[in-house]
Amino acid sequence: MLTIKNINTYYGQAQALKNVSLHLTEGEIVTLIGANGAGKTTLLNSLSGVVPPRSGQIIFNNVPINNLAAHRIVQMGISQVPEGRQVFKPLSVEDNLELGAYLHHKMLGGGKAEVKKTSEMVYALFPILRERRKQLAGTLSGGEQQMLAIGRAFMARPKLMLLDEPSMGLAPMVAQEIFRVIENLSREKKTTILLVEQNARAALKMANRGYVLENGRLILEGTAVELLENKDVQRAYLGKDKKEIWER
Amino acid sequence: MNIWDQTHECMSRDELEQLQLERLQAIINRVHKNVTHYRKKFNEMGIIPEDICSLSDLTKLPLTTKDDLNLNYPYGMFAVPLREVVRIHSSSGTTSKPIVMGYTKNDIKIWSNLVARFMTAAGVTHDDVVQIAFRYGLFTGAFGVHYGAETIGASVIPMGTGNTEKQIMIMQDYKTTVLVSTPSYAIALADRIKQLGVDPKSLSLKFGLFGGEPWSEKMREEIESRLLLSATDNYGLSEVIGPGVAGECSCKKGLHIYEDAFIPEIIDPETGAVLPSGSEGELALTTLTKEAFPMIRYRTGDITSLDYAQCECGRTLVRMKKIVRRSDDMLIIRGVNVFPSQIEDALFSVAQGETPYQLVVERKGAMDSLELIIEVTDKIFSLELQKQRSFLEMIKKRIGSVTGINVEVKLVESKSILRQKGKIARVVDKRQI
Repeated sequence: MLTIKNINTYYGQAQALKNVSLHLTEGEIVTLIGANGAGKTTLLNSLSGVVPPRSGQIIFNNVPINNLAAHRIVQMGISQVPEGRQVFKPLSVEDNLELGAYLHHKMLGGGKAEVKKTSEMVYALFPILRERRKQLAGTLSGGEQQMLAIGRAFMARPKLMLLDEPSMGLAPMVAQEIFRVIENLSREKKTTILLVEQNARAALKMANRGYVLENGRLILEGTAVELLENKDVQRAYLGKDKKEIWER
Repeated sequence: MNIWDQTHECMSRDELEQLQLERLQAIINRVHKNVTHYRKKFNEMGIIPEDICSLSDLTKLPLTTKDDLNLNYPYGMFAVPLREVVRIHSSSGTTSKPIVMGYTKNDIKIWSNLVARFMTAAGVTHDDVVQIAFRYGLFTGAFGVHYGAETIGASVIPMGTGNTEKQIMIMQDYKTTVLVSTPSYAIALADRIKQLGVDPKSLSLKFGLFGGEPWSEKMREEIESRLLLSATDNYGLSEVIGPGVAGECSCKKGLHIYEDAFIPEIIDPETGAVLPSGSEGELALTTLTKEAFPMIRYRTGDITSLDYAQCECGRTLVRMKKIVRRSDDMLIIRGVNVFPSQIEDALFSVAQGETPYQLVVERKGAMDSLELIIEVTDKIFSLELQKQRSFLEMIKKRIGSVTGINVEVKLVESKSILRQKGKIARVVDKRQI
């Protein structure tokens, strides 16, 4: 469904991604693992057109999208849930969701009824949002804001969702709830998911496959099970018997 | 038709090439970071990992030879710290030191599943009883097949080599359905079965998985008709992983190379240049999934050609022709790799100097024999008879310990070995496979 070949992305002079190639098959949950600054968020931003790559190929459902503007990419069916939630705090939950539907419905039509149907789906995923629909987003808890951010991205009815650190700063119980919903999005809503997550173990437990990024380069591709067993991954991201495997 | 890993064995070319590119870039990044040998070689050629943007860019990278592995003896080519290695195997090696291969926990798992692919392709299922008549120990053959069979869920009899009568007894009583051995040993077994008056129909054999040495279609026919089983070929080498690089499916029209794990190239053995698609040449392999002991463009020394036409079995993987010869002088004696130079070294060190000799390889019955013929020199001539005998014994022992095989050693009169233009042919291979 998504094929990336040799993308190179820069911030000014600094190269953040070096020849990155990866792919996603429809229906998969794929996770990106890497230390801070490895380029995970940059990769998501390159995909969504926020920071377009300087070179390389991104092909989504047989269409090259690396030169498209961000809003066109959303219309193609890729929605990003940015790091740190970034909901529109002065707006109500309802309005936040409606904004998420804006591009999709502008292009496809369907009107209010369609928007209502999709927001009902979001409320079914996150019943708490229904209770809070009239509340301002800024008054929600961290977990609820994250749910809203995911819900807002879902409003564009994406085929592919890019999730950036959805469990960041959340209590473990709340994080678990978020992971449950992500699995649900994949299983029931048939959304393909590319997930960047600090909690590598939780991400790998849920994912089909994963990639490991290091200093802007991909150093490993494998099934989630293989990556969980890989010592490099354990050492750097799972913190398992760190001390023993650090010293050579 | 049974396929063990439908996803990876039946991918479209496009999907496969994307996966190969991702994995190739990842492994190049890893070896560049973790293996001094590769980093140095890349630097010398002015290559950085970012130069690899497509599969065809692989040709920019240096070939890896046995000598490279020798120079980095024992652990220099490992891409992970030794403590992450859960298994060490080693080859009989070339002239000096053997080659040491390491496997992480993941490597063993990956290996098992690759072997499971060719076993499944041959017809093996979890209902089978698999008798493994390969040598256990430092060799990779027995362990690879062992893990593959267990992964499928078959019942494994880790028989090992030799003791032919016991092999046959077990085959009869334990109701072995799958025989795993070298093809020549299968013929030796058939001979013994006939001698003992056992009716092959009374055995339960269904499949024979043969590898470790080259064999012909003629041998396949012979084995199949005498042991009443379906015989398939599989290919692998310890430096790359062991068995599990490629294997025949039941179409028996070439061996499918597991391209999601290995990139095959056919090169000119003289120049190292990549040859056009379909040509015959030396096989070079790059591993894509190995963690502990990755290989970049390793020269196998095996001569073959590749066929990208789709196979009837449904697998989309490329097929390589059965290996029939080598690009170097390596001999395969009863499944064991032997270099004439190993034997020469052993001889010269015991004889304390150069001694005219010739190696004669023959197939007696089904089994290979290797004979070392030494011309009597003045030095040897002057020895007492008993000392001469112990001299021969010593050579035999030394060769046995270096190569792991038994050699007949014989003294002949001075100047009695045939010379062509004053030179002795070092090796005479009389086998007709």
